[in-house]
Amino acid sequence: MYPIISSQELAPAINKLIVKAPLIARKREPGNFVILRAALTGERIPLTIVDSDPDKGTITLIVQSIGKTTMLINSMKAGDELIDVAGPLGEPTPVENHGTVVCIGGGVGTAVVYPIAKALSEAGNDVISIIGARNAELVILEEEMKAVSRELMITTDDGSAGRKGFVTDALKEILERPGTLSAGSGAVYAMGPMPMMRAVSDVTRDTGIRTWVSLNPIMMDGTGMCGACRVTVGDQLKFACVDGPEFDAHQINFDELIARNRTYADLEKKALETCKSLQT
Amino acid sequence: MKATANTKRSEKDPAGSREKSGKNKKSGVEKRPKIISLKPRERMQIPRNQPNEQDPAGRITNFCEVSNGFDVRKALAETERCLECNDPVCMQSCPVNIDIPSFIQLMYQGDYDGAIRKIRESNYLPAICGRVCPQETLCESVCIVGKKREPLAIGKMERFLADYEAEQGTFTPPPVADPKGQSVAVVGSGPGGLTVAAELAQMGYDVTIFEALHEAGGVLKYGIPEFRLPKKIVDEEVDRVKALGVKVETNVIIGRTLTIDELFDEMGYSAVYIGTGAGSPRFLNIPGENLSGVYSASELLTRVNLMKAYKFPEYDTPLKIGNKVVVLGGGDVAMDAVRTSKRIGPEQTTLLYRRSREEMPARIEEVHHAEEEGIEFHFLTSPVAIHGDENGWVKAIECQRMELGEPDERGRRRPVPVEGSNFIIETDTVVVAIGQTPNPIIQHTTPGLETTDWGTIKADEKGATSRPGIYAGGDITRGGATVIQAVADGKNASRAIDEYLESLREASETEAAPTASGAAQGR
Repeated sequence: MYPIISSQELAPAINKLIVKAPLIARKREPGNFVILRAALTGERIPLTIVDSDPDKGTITLIVQSIGKTTMLINSMKAGDELIDVAGPLGEPTPVENHGTVVCIGGGVGTAVVYPIAKALSEAGNDVISIIGARNAELVILEEEMKAVSRELMITTDDGSAGRKGFVTDALKEILERPGTLSAGSGAVYAMGPMPMMRAVSDVTRDTGIRTWVSLNPIMMDGTGMCGACRVTVGDQLKFACVDGPEFDAHQINFDELIARNRTYADLEKKALETCKSLQT
Repeated sequence: MKATANTKRSEKDPAGSREKSGKNKKSGVEKRPKIISLKPRERMQIPRNQPNEQDPAGRITNFCEVSNGFDVRKALAETERCLECNDPVCMQSCPVNIDIPSFIQLMYQGDYDGAIRKIRESNYLPAICGRVCPQETLCESVCIVGKKREPLAIGKMERFLADYEAEQGTFTPPPVADPKGQSVAVVGSGPGGLTVAAELAQMGYDVTIFEALHEAGGVLKYGIPEFRLPKKIVDEEVDRVKALGVKVETNVIIGRTLTIDELFDEMGYSAVYIGTGAGSPRFLNIPGENLSGVYSASELLTRVNLMKAYKFPEYDTPLKIGNKVVVLGGGDVAMDAVRTSKRIGPEQTTLLYRRSREEMPARIEEVHHAEEEGIEFHFLTSPVAIHGDENGWVKAIECQRMELGEPDERGRRRPVPVEGSNFIIETDTVVVAIGQTPNPIIQHTTPGLETTDWGTIKADEKGATSRPGIYAGGDITRGGATVIQAVADGKNASRAIDEYLESLREASETEAAPTASGAAQGR
C-alpha cells in the first residue's frame, strides 16, 4: 500500500499528491513515470513523477480528473492509500547542456515538463519555458517553472492570463529571435496533449532544431510486456514504456498514435458515467 | 515418521529421489511391491476415465473452467489402470521426475494426503501442473498402458489430489530446515520463481520474490485464461509457497525499482535467481499493425486475465472485441487468445496459421476444445497487411496462401507463399500471437550478465549465469517454453544455489578460523 501524505488542489480538477513510495523516490530520475492502481477493481494508469524526496521517501504526482480513475484518485485524501504504485518506469531524460532549451508544457503536461526543465536548468542550460492552458484558472506550476527558467511565457486560449493564443505562437516568437536556437544548437522539449505536441513538432520540423516530446499512449503494464503503447518512430516499432516515453518528435507517426489513443473513448465515457451515477 | 524422512531428503539430498530412480533403472534391484490387487489383464480392461467438462455451447458464454476434473470415484477408478511398472518410464519422462507410481499407489490405498505429499516432494505446484502441463508429450506419452489402450490420466490424477486437498483444507506446509542465515532474491513470480522459492525455503534459506506486476503468478496469472487455470487456484498455490516463509514483494521491477547489483550490495542477498520469462510480444512488422483494434495476445490476455476486462465496467480496464476476430498464430498462446476472444461474444472467431494442422505447436487437447467451441481454423494462411478505415480502425486483413516446402533446422516444413494467392478477410479485431521474446530490462541494467543473440540470458545446465551468484532459468534462458520446463529449471537451479551458498558458508568459516586444514577443506 502506498499512503497519500497530502492532496492539494492546484487548479479546478487538478490535484497535487505527495505519495509515500520510498523505493521509487530513491531511484527516480527526470522523465520517469509510475503505473498505479487506485482500487481493487481498478485499472493501471501511467503518471509522470513530477518530483521526489528520497529522504522522506515520497514522490509527487499531479493528476487531472479526466475519467473514472483520475476522478477517484482526486477524491482521495491524505491518509488514503493507493493500492499499487510501480516504478520508476521508462528511460530517464538524457540531461545534457544544449545551450538554450525551450520547455513547453500544455495543460497538465506542465507537470511532465517541469522535472525536465529543472534538470536541464541544473545542467547549465539557458531555459526558456512556455506554459499553455485553456484559461488562467488552469495554469499550474507557474512559480516552480519560473524558478527553473530564465524566462517564462504563459499563453491561454482565451487570453485570461499571459498572451492569448497557443504555445506554438509563443514558440514561433522565440524562434524568430536572432541567435537563440538554430539547427544543431539548442533543443525544444514539449509535453502535453498529443495534438499540441504534433503542432510543436510541425513548427520546428523544417528548422532542424532537435525536438523532444514525451508520448502518452495507452499503457497497461508499463514494463514492455504487452505493446499497448507501441509507436512508430522513424521506421521502427518502439514501446513507449521501455524505449521512451521521450522520442524525437520529428520521427513520430502522430496520426497513428492519436487514432490509437481513441480506441476506448466510448468505453471510457461509459465507465465515467457509471461512476458518476453511483455517486449521485 | 514419514514427515521426518521427507525432511531428510529435502534437507540433505534434494536430488535423492532422482538418483534413486536412476539406480533402479540400471540395477533393477529394488523391485516395487505391487499394491493394486487387480491382474494386469483386468487393469488393461478399464477404459481411461474422462473428466466432466462444461458443454461447449454453455462454456463459450463464461470464463469458468472447462474441465471439472475427476471426482473421487473416477480418480480411484483411474488408479486401478496403473500397471505398477518396475521401470516406470512415466517418471523418467516427467521433467521433474515425480514418483508417479508411488503417488498412484498411495491414492489407490486412499491415502490422498500421502499421495499429494509425494508429488510435492518433486513439484511444489501440482494444482497448476496437473492442469497446464502437456502430459500427452511427457509422462502420458510413454505410459505402457498407452501402447494398447489410452495412457493413464496422470495429469488429471495429480490435479484431483491437489483440488481434493484444497477442498478438504488439509494442506500443511512441509517441514522447513533450520535457518541457514543466508537470503536469496527471486526475480519473477512465475512457475519457475515460485518453484525456486519453495525449494530454497524448505532448505532453510530466507527467500523474497520480487514481482513487477501487482499480483504474483506471472504467466499463470496474466497469460493462461481462467477457463484453463482459475486464478483462485494460482492464488492458493502462491499462498502455499508463502506458507514456507517466502515473502512476495509486488510492484518491484528489478532493473528499474532495484537493480540486481543493489540486491547483492545494499539489500544483502547472497544469491539471485532470474525467472522473468519471455513476456515481450513479437509483432509481424506488416503494414497496418498499429491500427486500433490490433492487439498483441499478451495485451489481450493481460486485460482479460489479470485486469478482468471481461467484467467491464464492474472492473475499470476496458477491452474492445468487435464482431469478427482474427487471431494469428498456432501455439498455446494463440489458442488461449482465440478462445478468450470467443467468450467476449463476437459473431465470428477465426484462427490463421501459416503452416498446417500437423505443425501446430499448441496442445492437442486445447485445439480440440477450440474446435468444439466453434473457432474457425484457416491453415496455410499468412497475413501480409492489415487494412484500416478512415478512423484508423482495422477493417480487413490481407492474406496469402502458403504451401509447405523443405523442413527447416527444427525439422518443421517451412511455409512458402503461393504467388498471386492474396485474398482479403474482413475483420475488426486482429490478435497477434506469433511468439514472445525475453524482457530486456534486467539484461540492460546488469553489467557482466551475458546474453545470447536472441536476448536470452546465458546459463549452464545448472542455471548458473556468467556472474557468480546469479542464476536463471525458464523462458528467460530458453525463449518461450513450457510451465513444467520452468519448474524443472527452478528445481535444478535451487540445488545449484544451495551448493553455491554452502561454498560461501564454508569460505566464511575458513576466514573466521584460517587454519591450513580449514583452507584446504574450504576448497
